[in-house]
Amino acid sequence: MILDAKIPEGPIADKWTRYKATIPLVNPANKRNIEIIVVGTGLAGASAAATLGEMGYKVKAFCFQDSPRRAHSIAAQGGINAAKNYSNDGDSVHRLFYDTIKGGDYRSREANVHRLAEVSTAIIDQCVAQGVPFAREYGGLLDNRSFGGVQVSRTFYAKGQTGQQLLLGAYSALSRQVGRKQVQMFSRHEMLDVVIIDGKARGIIARDLVTGKLERHFGHAVVLATGGYGNVFFLSTNAMGSNVTAIWKAHKKGAFFGNPCFTQIHPTCIPVSGDHQSKLTLMSESLRNDGRIWVPKKKDDSRKAVDIPEDERDYYLERRYPAFGNLVPRDIASRAAKERCDAGYGVGSSKMAVYLDFSDSIRRLGKDVIEARYGNLFEIYEKITGEDPYTTPMRIYPAVHYTMGGLWVDYNLMTTVPGLYATGECNFSDHGANRLGASALMQGLADGYFVLPITIGEFLSKDIRTKAIPTDHPEFEKAEKEAQDRIARLMSIKGNKPVDHFHKELGKVMWEYCGMARNAEGLQKAKKMVQDIRASFWKEVRIPGAADETNPELEKALRVADFLELGELMIDDAYDRNESCGGHFREEYQTEDGEALRDDNNYAYVSAWQYKGDNQPEVLHKEPLVFENVKLVQRSYK
Amino acid sequence: MKITLKVWRQKNGKTPGNFNTYTLPDVSEDMSFLEMFDVLNDELIRKGEDSIAFDHDCREGICGMCSMYINGRAHGPLTGTTTCQLHMRHFKDGDTIVVEPWRASAFPIIKDLMVDRSAFDRVIQAGGFISVNTGNAVDANSIPIPKEDADKAFDAAACIGCGACVATCKNASAMLFVSAKVSQLALLPQGQPERNMRVKKMVEAMDEEGFGNCTNTGACEVECPKGISLDHIARMNRDYLVSNIVD
Ligand SMILES: Cc1cc2nc3c(=O)[nH]c(=O)nc-3n(C[C@H](O)[C@H](O)[C@H](O)COP(=O)(O)OP(=O)(O)OC[C@H]3O[C@@H](n4cnc5c(N)ncnc54)[C@H](O)[C@@H]3O)c2cc1C
Ligand code: SF4
Ligand code: FES
Repeated sequence: MILDAKIPEGPIADKWTRYKATIPLVNPANKRNIEIIVVGTGLAGASAAATLGEMGYKVKAFCFQDSPRRAHSIAAQGGINAAKNYSNDGDSVHRLFYDTIKGGDYRSREANVHRLAEVSTAIIDQCVAQGVPFAREYGGLLDNRSFGGVQVSRTFYAKGQTGQQLLLGAYSALSRQVGRKQVQMFSRHEMLDVVIIDGKARGIIARDLVTGKLERHFGHAVVLATGGYGNVFFLSTNAMGSNVTAIWKAHKKGAFFGNPCFTQIHPTCIPVSGDHQSKLTLMSESLRNDGRIWVPKKKDDSRKAVDIPEDERDYYLERRYPAFGNLVPRDIASRAAKERCDAGYGVGSSKMAVYLDFSDSIRRLGKDVIEARYGNLFEIYEKITGEDPYTTPMRIYPAVHYTMGGLWVDYNLMTTVPGLYATGECNFSDHGANRLGASALMQGLADGYFVLPITIGEFLSKDIRTKAIPTDHPEFEKAEKEAQDRIARLMSIKGNKPVDHFHKELGKVMWEYCGMARNAEGLQKAKKMVQDIRASFWKEVRIPGAADETNPELEKALRVADFLELGELMIDDAYDRNESCGGHFREEYQTEDGEALRDDNNYAYVSAWQYKGDNQPEVLHKEPLVFENVKLVQRSYK
Repeated sequence: MKITLKVWRQKNGKTPGNFNTYTLPDVSEDMSFLEMFDVLNDELIRKGEDSIAFDHDCREGICGMCSMYINGRAHGPLTGTTTCQLHMRHFKDGDTIVVEPWRASAFPIIKDLMVDRSAFDRVIQAGGFISVNTGNAVDANSIPIPKEDADKAFDAAACIGCGACVATCKNASAMLFVSAKVSQLALLPQGQPERNMRVKKMVEAMDEEGFGNCTNTGACEVECPKGISLDHIARMNRDYLVSNIVD
């Protein structure tokens, strides 16, 4: 099968404008009769549901939390990029485009990324109009800061709670449409399958998490905005409920999975403290603006940080990358920390941590300034570790943070299943092999406010004569029965181990062999290990309670069952890609000084995997990446 | 350390509940309060018992999902801290801790420690927004906002919608939550056109949901994990009065 990304003709800077003008419109009278399902109410989902509702479509929105306002986007701290050039430092749409392509290590699609950069400015306008309280200067205008991997200040922020404020903006827009009855909201609902009728996505099966009842919902089209799958590693910065189920079920129903192995490991997280650890907490990358990263020059130095004199400290990022210093992209900063710790220079009781030190900045700017910038982050750190970062350097270590991979989509954000769309973190689209900081929020809102509501017209305009399909259609019945059977099977195992047991095992294997560094031998081994864990899960898991009631353990089991399948695909994908790029570091492919070695001749493609049935190997399709507007160079941040 | 937990167990909204006692012999002080519940649930499941249902998601103090009433205090003993951010180093070896759900008639119990807070969503749907369709916005910097106002609006907007204010109020009033949203939008120029209508609609919706009246005891401010200030209630009351006069 040849993957058609449907990239419009014309010069890159004109593609979106020209294409937008040609997309067929759906007239208001017809919109009233068209129903759209949006699964997910994070930035990508809430913005899409609100906008589609404003346009006059009938929307049904779903989330598994008790309120749409709690989607994981709420946790984003640092900021959102936009090519406003308010800082007058030479920023432009082209520069944002270029930085994103380069930051992604040349594994993303030019046309999509350019569009993202183009609409970025309108996002800020929209959010301000909604009342999002971004940080401001004394003159009353918006303040910006810089983020890793770039040399301009284009990041808008609201203290360390940017995601919260943006999400509350989108949530308020969504709530307005719920109030107007344009959107019907289903909280505490989990999508368990998509329903495909005559080759098109026409609905979903969802479980009411309070009553345990399975429900059927029809839509002329289905939009998935279900976030990332970083929790396949068990420990990650994602929320506890973040999962792959929605997109995995879509994948098994025909949607190709793009670049599953591209995972981002964030360099600045609070290190693991013990076996009880349930998640890892991110310390925003913005801290690297004012914090300096170092380890002792001496191996196994057990002195306290403050007792180590200046000349016995190794500021290894500043040493290795003088041009970018502490602001190198995430993948580089993460690997450099792992390298130091593996070599025996790590700090803290576990020796798996490095210092992030603010003492210079506090001396230079004063404690007040640092507190205004990062106060809430310092508080979080102190709450978790019991240490005061104003006086002792923070201890940080990399952790799984973001998944660049996701459902393969074309320029319209449609998957390989007609009528099925994927937006936000759950698609593979814009970040290539590594995402730049503050670009996920941008992408989620770009997709939801400005791209999908327009591109979906391409599909829906041909569908205006389709009447709502009754949910007693055999395909609905079949999909519901499948979900029902899977639940019954899980409940009947009655083994002796809780779901978390298997999830932790899976996480360890993924982190060890398919995490920050990978190699062919390890990946082969890991594949077998994941298969074994999956087999024992289906024999030994114990889920208390019943299926027809509130049952958080059953919810977890359904999610982990899917992670156990996804893990293997990630491993296959990492094994296939015989190069190092962005977050994918294959130890066999590195330069003499340990930098990632890309192979553009053989691997400048998006891998798009096709599901072929249980216990069948997945089939790899390749979308070649064509670069007409940027020159491929080895990334250098020296 | 050894911790004894007295936890409210209730199968669903229709059956009565009661306290069950559990002893955990080996709690690490680096654990979070919820991680202690993970450990307990792990044990219960291995023993073939039903695990304890509780709400949580981000475990970073920002989503507002976690909600435990700990030793008679919403989110426990530490000010400015959600349940998920509370760590066991704030308890002592041998402590007995009583854990209950939020109790308010507008927040019916779903199971064990989980309650239904959808009333908050409905109050927001009634008017907690600025009516601006996607694509209608002017350039962001064409509306300068004094930093002081922007910062105040931000402080109000920091509310995470957890419901601790309601749980802690003897009248189960939602004034702190509602006033935070009203205040945020009233402080910004963008929020002016709908200012009067918004406060009226939200207060109306709040009353319809069965939240109690505010008698200014101020308990909500003390227990709010995000430090939302009573000033917002005062501002909302003023706005509410004005909106009635304007009418
Ligand atoms: C700690 C942290 C900090 C971050 N900081 C930044 C930052 O500063 N800047 C930046 O740009 N990016 C940041 N990111 C990344 C960014 O926050 C996310 O990539 C982005 O918010 C994802 O948005 P989303 O809308 O795609 O998904 P999410 O916000 O994850 O939303 C997913 C939605 O899908 C729903 N859902 C999922 N599965 C199902 C199902 N099966 N059934 C029904 N509903 C379902 C959920 O209920 C939820 O509503 C950060 C991420 C983390 C973890
Ligand atoms: S005002 Fe405070 S206590 Fe009340 S919901 Fe908001 S954050 Fe929670
Ligand atoms: S779990 Fe999100 S605030 Fe506690």
